[in-house]
Amino acid sequence: MKPAVIVFPASNCDRDAAVAIEKICGVKPLMVWHGDSTLPDVDLIVIPGGFSFGDYLRCGAMAARSPVMREVVARANNGTPVLGICNGFQVLTEAGLLPGALMMNAHLKFVCKDVALKVESNQSMFTSAYQTGEIVTYTVAHHEGNYFADDATLDQIEQNGQVAFRYLDNPNGARNDIAGIFNKERNVLGLMPHPERMIERDLGGDDGARMFESLVASL
Amino acid sequence: MKARVHVTLKSGVLDPQGRAIQHTLGSLGFGGVSDVRQGKYLELDLAETDRDAAERSVKDMCEKLLANTVIENYSIDLVE
Repeated sequence: MKPAVIVFPASNCDRDAAVAIEKICGVKPLMVWHGDSTLPDVDLIVIPGGFSFGDYLRCGAMAARSPVMREVVARANNGTPVLGICNGFQVLTEAGLLPGALMMNAHLKFVCKDVALKVESNQSMFTSAYQTGEIVTYTVAHHEGNYFADDATLDQIEQNGQVAFRYLDNPNGARNDIAGIFNKERNVLGLMPHPERMIERDLGGDDGARMFESLVASL
Repeated sequence: MKARVHVTLKSGVLDPQGRAIQHTLGSLGFGGVSDVRQGKYLELDLAETDRDAAERSVKDMCEKLLANTVIENYSIDLVE
């Protein structure tokens, strides 16, 4: 397995992602700076959480136009798995790799807490170690996690089975309780909750570990 | 030439900030405000002197960065 974590100015979950990958996948990921226009040959790309570029203009908007993202988009379109967590999810929608957009939480407050999620499908390289329909606990920490897509796009997402995770108790107003979605090919996953913060019981839970176990099994 | 760009949320998109502003206006005694929508205003100084070329260029900027057309509309005013 050859994973990479992309680092933007003001990413702040890049090291958490690296620790989770190293601990569970047994490989130290490459840390790739956003200004690089080349990307080594990797088989997993993680876009971490944080506040890339200070959330200027819109969350993820600047990061999505970084030099390295051209290469990330090209790799994703060629089938390389790409995982976007929190700000990473925002970046993936801004980059056009996932449909919809993440808007300010409906109640206008930052939300930081553990949330229960339903795993909508284990038919993906990110979720194969879960059971479809299983309830897991991840942490959310965001101000702009309110998933929005127009009616036609939402219908398509649902019909294609692109919803990966749904909130049991919606913390941000996301349409259809959507916490995370796949692209149509299911090699790209974006989600607001943080699996990398739930990798061992001493840290509050280990439900997130299985996302990385799923990736180990597939790659 | 200057370009004045307004970026606003599309009509079907909820605007909780707009609603909070409307609510606060009401509590300050400003009644009769039936809706508030919050947007962004950007002012660009352009080197381009040809109006059509400037318009094309700013439209391209809006599509590629200034607006997220999934949720936002934009309008462009050019001022000599």
